[in-house]
Amino acid sequence: MSKVRIINGNETAAMGAKLCRVQVIAAYPITPQSKIPETLVKYVESGELEAEFIRVESEHSALTVCISASTVGARVFTATAANGLAYMHEQLHWAAGARLPIVMALANRGLGAPWTIFNDMQDSISQRDTGWMQVYCRDNQEIMDSVIMAYKICEQLHVPMMVCFDGFVLSHTVMPVEIPEQKQVDAFLPPYVPHLQVDGPEPININPVMLADPRANAQGVSCPSYMGFRMRLQETLESAGDVILNVGREFGEVFGRSYECLLWKYRTEEADTILLTMGSLANEASLAVDALREKGWKAGVVALRVFRPFPAATLRQALSEAKHVVVFDKNISYGNEGATCTETKAALFEGGLRPRITNYIVGLGGKNIVAADLEAATIKSVEQAGRISTPQWIGVAV
Amino acid sequence: MASKKDQFISACATLAKGEAGNTGEWRAKRPIIDLSKCTPCKKQKDTCYLCWLYCPDGTVKRGIPIEIDLQYCKGCGVCAQVCPTKAIRMEVEEEFVLTECAVKEDME
Repeated sequence: MSKVRIINGNETAAMGAKLCRVQVIAAYPITPQSKIPETLVKYVESGELEAEFIRVESEHSALTVCISASTVGARVFTATAANGLAYMHEQLHWAAGARLPIVMALANRGLGAPWTIFNDMQDSISQRDTGWMQVYCRDNQEIMDSVIMAYKICEQLHVPMMVCFDGFVLSHTVMPVEIPEQKQVDAFLPPYVPHLQVDGPEPININPVMLADPRANAQGVSCPSYMGFRMRLQETLESAGDVILNVGREFGEVFGRSYECLLWKYRTEEADTILLTMGSLANEASLAVDALREKGWKAGVVALRVFRPFPAATLRQALSEAKHVVVFDKNISYGNEGATCTETKAALFEGGLRPRITNYIVGLGGKNIVAADLEAATIKSVEQAGRISTPQWIGVAV
Repeated sequence: MASKKDQFISACATLAKGEAGNTGEWRAKRPIIDLSKCTPCKKQKDTCYLCWLYCPDGTVKRGIPIEIDLQYCKGCGVCAQVCPTKAIRMEVEEEFVLTECAVKEDME
């Protein structure tokens, strides 16, 4: 029988990785995710988990270890946050470019300077173009389930994934989490088979210089060109939505919680006003929507569970009846607006949809944002539609 | 879905001369071997060959004397660095090119 335990997001992520029987773990301590490697070390040292925990001197090295181990066929896991993730940047590109199914738990945290240890999503959003898939969790149960699904998705697609969850808001908050049984996870998750067998009879050179045009190798066999690899990664991510949906459905069949969705929706029936966001803020938005519905508003929440690949078509469908879309971003692309807002606009353009869109930058560096703020911002956006500049900021105390 | 045979997923190459293309075209410096200092030549036996071991493009041929394939030698100078008797020195490629062109013009 699976049992329910009251645990925080970090322990949940570590427990999820353990249930997936990860073989190599390399991570470096950084707030607010340090508890993840600490918990995993405990599992390894006590013999509960048969894995190598490799100590490193930096996040860059942590991911390099994961890349090497994944290349030779190990199931690997890492975790980081904020400046640690930024320090991994070069290797993030490498991991995705080498098509390695690495799973990373990411406790979202704001970036310095100036220092903050608290939550926003600037860290992962800044890495959206590295080729990694990104999912955002609303609560600790989603962290557990997303880690387990991540391996199944990544190992089919040969693409890495970040399982993102709000630092402190989830990483340090305890809540009930149903822990799947080991034998259920074993049945759900087949062993990892690497795409490339590196220990074959002949030595091979992995990821060498690829030229701009195809060419014959020393044996006269035609070798592909660099752009082909880039195009295939894009094509794989374009088709990844279907794999994510399938795995989400299968997960539901085995564990009773279906994730056959790229978006999370709340009270969107007949809604003409949509609050759009990601992560734990979606739960807060649902309280705002309850309050707005009380007042007779037709409001609903759409949360992006999957941000990469970007579910443009699904989002278009979800917003097709909306007259007002209020986008709450815990990130900003400086000089423009919040990333979710820009990408939503781009998705709608394709379908010729033109709802009023207002963007709010919220919760940076752990600034508290509650349902009442979201509700007031939504009312303001609708009442002053087209007359307020965007993005707007909530919670800047000067 | 990723297929095992998809050549655009795992980039790899066999270890062989010419695997990185016509790398001799990159060369800014050319290795010149002083055979009187080269250990296999001096001893007249198969020994040392550190240049062969370290050449990242497999352009050094083991033998007495050793030979470097200038079509693929990119002029990195690793051989000169690792040679224990300093038998290899790196000289500016441009001067050879100018000389070779001049010789070619004379012949025409």
